[in-house]
Amino acid sequence: RPLTSVSSSNYGIGDELTPEDKILTHNNFYEFGTAKTDPYKNAQGLKTRPWTLSIEGEVDTPLTLDVDELINTLPIEERIYRLRCVEAWSMVIPWLGFPLSALLKKANPTSRAKYVAFETLYDPKQMPGQASRFAGGGIEYPYVEGLRMDEAMNPLTLISVGLYGQTLPPQNGAPIRLVVPWKYGFKSIKSIVRIRLVETMPPTTWNLLASHEYGFYANVNPQVDHPRWSQASERRIGAGGLLSAKRIPTELFNGYGEQVAALYANLDMGRWY
Amino acid sequence: MTLTQGRLLALKTLLHLCFLLPLLYLAAAVQGGAAGGDPVQYVIHFLGMGALHGLMASLLVSPLARWWKLGALVRVRRLLGLWTFAYALLHLGAFLVLDLLGDWALLLSEVVRRPYIVVGMLALLILTALALTSTQGMQRRLGRRWQRLHNWVYLVALLAPVHFWWSVKSGWYEPALYLMLCLGLLALRPKLWNFKSFQQIVTNFNRG
Repeated sequence: RPLTSVSSSNYGIGDELTPEDKILTHNNFYEFGTAKTDPYKNAQGLKTRPWTLSIEGEVDTPLTLDVDELINTLPIEERIYRLRCVEAWSMVIPWLGFPLSALLKKANPTSRAKYVAFETLYDPKQMPGQASRFAGGGIEYPYVEGLRMDEAMNPLTLISVGLYGQTLPPQNGAPIRLVVPWKYGFKSIKSIVRIRLVETMPPTTWNLLASHEYGFYANVNPQVDHPRWSQASERRIGAGGLLSAKRIPTELFNGYGEQVAALYANLDMGRWY
Repeated sequence: MTLTQGRLLALKTLLHLCFLLPLLYLAAAVQGGAAGGDPVQYVIHFLGMGALHGLMASLLVSPLARWWKLGALVRVRRLLGLWTFAYALLHLGAFLVLDLLGDWALLLSEVVRRPYIVVGMLALLILTALALTSTQGMQRRLGRRWQRLHNWVYLVALLAPVHFWWSVKSGWYEPALYLMLCLGLLALRPKLWNFKSFQQIVTNFNRG
């Protein structure tokens, strides 16, 4: 369904947009299968209404919110962000949504809230990857992710409810997902049902599966290679055919250093990848 | 049943189609969008799996020939091996052209630094040597050494599934299944079980 926005920003990065059809047919969403083509094929039946999101844990006002109410109350912005996958491909996507900080403030986090833990819907009946370990790539479900509180409150951190002027398609994480543009794509958890503010660093799915390959922070960093491939460059998925793609140098923090580098001033990013 | 000239020809034609048609399907899937909005990984994976299937088919020939007492069956082995090589070469080509976008320097640095690529390259190198010496002329010229050289395919049968396993981000079931199948195909070779003849093969490996 169409979704209108009150403002649009690309944060000074004027890259050409990835065409909508590529964003809709090339997805990592293992709940619907591990091949890039699986989510588009298998997610169309996902029931995204009604959908409630709960915000709980270290908050003064725990909330259970209906997604449509949320979309209607918070002003929707368009944010054109780079998305850098840990597999060394990237896209440029016009997201629609609102800052996570605006949502969290509604729940009044307590002073003990140091991290934010996110959880995807767990529904093996709707998600074949959760029903079978074979189809789901052998990862533990529900998918969980997390951010440090200051990362979560950074103005760039977006809760997305749409892209390209429409509400989110199921394969892209409908009806509500996270977008953290300076981190590898797997941090940007899809189809969220629960947000929990916590005192200690929460577990994250890919880190549980292979901690030496996927860290908690997962900041885009051309100097820290994945153990099995280089992160120094990336294949940008743009308009045009297979051979017209470009391999471009990867930028530290995916090019958003101006906005986020200060968050990591005291962090050894070789150790805390 | 005997394998007459006509039947052998029919079988060979069928096997050629088994490798040719998937390539046509792949081209159509890329063109028509069935391979997704960004088919790079799809193409690479498809070709790699094709090579693995070809390898397993070629390793199945001599056990089948033995069970069915059909010596002439081994005459399809060359085409299976050459198709395996072709798929493996296309697999590397797709990685280099579509994923790395022709960045040779990146390929070389990846080959040196990434163990799963080293393993894959080693397997391809062996397949190249086997393909180049697959003609009857080379077989005659190499004499006894030809069989020794072509025993290296047993090593490929280990390297290829290991390369597959190592390359996936998660989900070990499928690669584990392929490794088991490859081990099974090796286990069907009595000469690899017999310690003495196994030793002989290893000695031959060492001698090259």
